[in-house]
Amino acid sequence: MAEKIFDADGNEIILKTDHLCIQFGGLKAVNDVNLEIKKGELYGLIGPNGAGKTTVFNILTGVYKPTSGRVYLSGEDITGKSPMDVNKKGIARTFQNIRLFSNLTVLENVMVGLSNQIPCSVFESVFRLPRHKKSEKEYTERAHELLKVFGLDEFADYLASNLPYGKQRKLEIARAMATNPTLLLLDEPAAGMNPNETQELMDDITFIRKNFGITILLIEHDMKLVSGICEKLTVLNFGTELAKGNTSDVLADAEVVRAYLGE
Amino acid sequence: MGKFKNNINCIAIAAFTVIFAVLSLLGVVKASTANLLEDIAIKIILAVSLSLVVGFLGELSLGHAGFMCVGAYLGGKMSVILVEPLGNGFLTLIVSLLVGALCAAACGFLIGLPALRLRGDYLAITTLAFGEIVKTIFMNTSKESFGGPEGLTDTPRFDKNYFYIVCFVMVLVTLFVIQNLIRSKHGRALKAIRDNEIAARATGINITNYKLLGFVISAAFAGIAGVLFSFTKTNFSSQMFDYNYSIEILVIVVLGGMGSINGSIIAAVLVTFLNRYLANILTGNLAVLKDLIYALVLIAIVIYNNAPAFADFREKHNARKLIEKVKGGS
Ligand SMILES: Nc1ncnc2c1ncn2[C@@H]1O[C@H](COP(=O)(O)OP(=O)(O)OP(=O)(O)O)[C@@H](O)[C@H]1O
Ligand SMILES: [Mg+2]
Repeated sequence: MAEKIFDADGNEIILKTDHLCIQFGGLKAVNDVNLEIKKGELYGLIGPNGAGKTTVFNILTGVYKPTSGRVYLSGEDITGKSPMDVNKKGIARTFQNIRLFSNLTVLENVMVGLSNQIPCSVFESVFRLPRHKKSEKEYTERAHELLKVFGLDEFADYLASNLPYGKQRKLEIARAMATNPTLLLLDEPAAGMNPNETQELMDDITFIRKNFGITILLIEHDMKLVSGICEKLTVLNFGTELAKGNTSDVLADAEVVRAYLGE
Repeated sequence: MGKFKNNINCIAIAAFTVIFAVLSLLGVVKASTANLLEDIAIKIILAVSLSLVVGFLGELSLGHAGFMCVGAYLGGKMSVILVEPLGNGFLTLIVSLLVGALCAAACGFLIGLPALRLRGDYLAITTLAFGEIVKTIFMNTSKESFGGPEGLTDTPRFDKNYFYIVCFVMVLVTLFVIQNLIRSKHGRALKAIRDNEIAARATGINITNYKLLGFVISAAFAGIAGVLFSFTKTNFSSQMFDYNYSIEILVIVVLGGMGSINGSIIAAVLVTFLNRYLANILTGNLAVLKDLIYALVLIAIVIYNNAPAFADFREKHNARKLIEKVKGGS
C-alpha cells in the first residue's frame, strides 16, 4: 500500500499530478500541469477549445502515457497503467463524445460497469451454478438502484442508443459510478443539454457526491455549472496552467477573463 | 416463463430430434434425409459458433472453415487410431470430439492473439490466411499421416441412419454453452467490446481475456463441427475447407442477423436446403455459380442493412416492428 499524501492542513490528497507533460510531434498539448485534488472535492478543469483538457483526462486514465511527469492516486503512482487497471484502481470517466454500449440496454450498460464486482467465472456462468444466479439477481438490483439515482430506471429496457441525448450523458455517468470509483472524471457532462437538463445534472452531481463520498474532477464550458458547483478550478491555456485556486478567485482573475471568457 | 422463453430454441430442437428419432426407429426416415439432417446440424454449430465472434465480439473472421478443418483432421485421425482398440462406439466419438475441440481451440487462441492488435480488415485478412494455410498444410501431408491430397480416409462411421441424432445433441451442447455464456456478465463484456472498445477498457473490462475467450470458444465448436463432419464421411479432403466455405458460414450469420442466435439457426437450415437445391440444378461448370450467389446475397444484405437510401424502407419493414404491431393489435 502506497503512502497517502496530505496537504498542509491535513486533508487527504486523492489525485496529484506532478509536472505532467505530453507532446504530440511538435505540439505540447499538456505542459507542466500540477493538479492537487482533495478527497471529496468537486474540482473543475476549464479552458478554451484545444487547451488540452481532454488530453489530461486521457493521461490520467492511461489512454496516453505522459512524455514526462507522474500521476498519483491516493499516493500510489499509477503513471502508465492501462485504462483497465486505472479503472480498477478507482478512476472512472465519461467521454466528451458519448461512448455508450449502444446496442445494449440501459440496464446492461450499468451491468457492464458492475462487471468487476460480479464474482462468477465463465464456468459458473455457463453451467448456471448457484453463484451465477445469485449474483445476477443481486447486481441487477444494484443496477436498478443506480439507474434510479439518475432517473433512468423507467428506461432500463431501452437500447442505450434510443435514449435522448441528455439521458445518454447521464447513463454514462451511471455506468462510470457502477465501477465503484473513488475519483470520477466528467468530460463536458452538460454539453448539448438545455438549461433544465443542466440543472438536473447539477443536482445529480451534488447528490452522488454527497451520497457516494466521491471526488469529482470535471471539464466544462458551461460557466453557470462551473461557478455553481465547482469548489476549485484549474484553467488551462495552450496546455499550461493559466490559473488555479478557489472558483470565485479564478473567475475574477483578469488574465483568465482575457484568455477564456474573451471579454 | 422467462426460462421457457429463453430456451425455446433448445426445446424446439430437442423435440424435433426426438420426433425424428422415433421416425427413424419406425424406419420411415430415408438415408438421404438423415444425411441432410447431419448437414443441417453441422451448419448450425458452425453458424452459432461463428456468430459468437462476429455477432457478439464484433470481429470479422473469414477463417472459420480453418478451425473446422483442424477439428475434422485431428479428431478424424484420432477416431481412425481409436477405432481399433476402443471400437466404433461412443467412447471413440467422445475422445475424438474432445481432441478436435481442443486442437481447434488452441488454433483459436493463436488467431486471437493478433486480434488483440489488429483491427477490422487486417484481422479479416489474417483469419482468411489462417484458413488457407491450414487447408494447404493438410493438403501437403504424407499419405500415412493425414492422406495428403487424397484426404483422410477410413474415418469410422456410426450407423448412417442415426448419426444425425448425435449431431443434434451436439447442437444442443453448443447452444447451451454459447447461449449461457452470452446471457451472463461475460456475454455483456463481449458485447460491450463490440459496441465500444475504448469505453469497455475505461469501464475496467479485460479486453485481452475476453477477445481470446471469444475466439477460443468459437474455434472449439467449429472443431466439434469438424469432427462430426469427419464422422459423416468415410473420406474427405482439405480442399473443401476453403475460404468459400468460411464465407458461406459468414453469409449464414449475416443473413440471420448479427447477434441473433435464433437467426443464425434458421439461416443455417435455409442455406443447407438451398445448397442441396443448387447442387442439383447447378451441375458441371455451373457449380461455381453457387459461390457467386452467396457473395451476391452477402453484398445485398450489407447494402440493405447499411445504405442510407434504405433507411425508410427498413424502418417500415422491420420484422421486430411488425411483431410489436401484431402484438399491440391483438
Ligand atoms: N492523439 C493526438 N495526437 C495529436 N494531437 C492531439 C492528440 N490528442 C489531442 N491532440 C491535440 O492536443 C490539443 C489538445 O486537445 P484536447 O482534446 O485535449 O483539447 P480540449 O481542451 O479537450 O478541447 P475541447 O474543449 O475542444 O474539448 C489539440 O490541439 C489536439 O489537436
Ligand atoms: Mg475536450
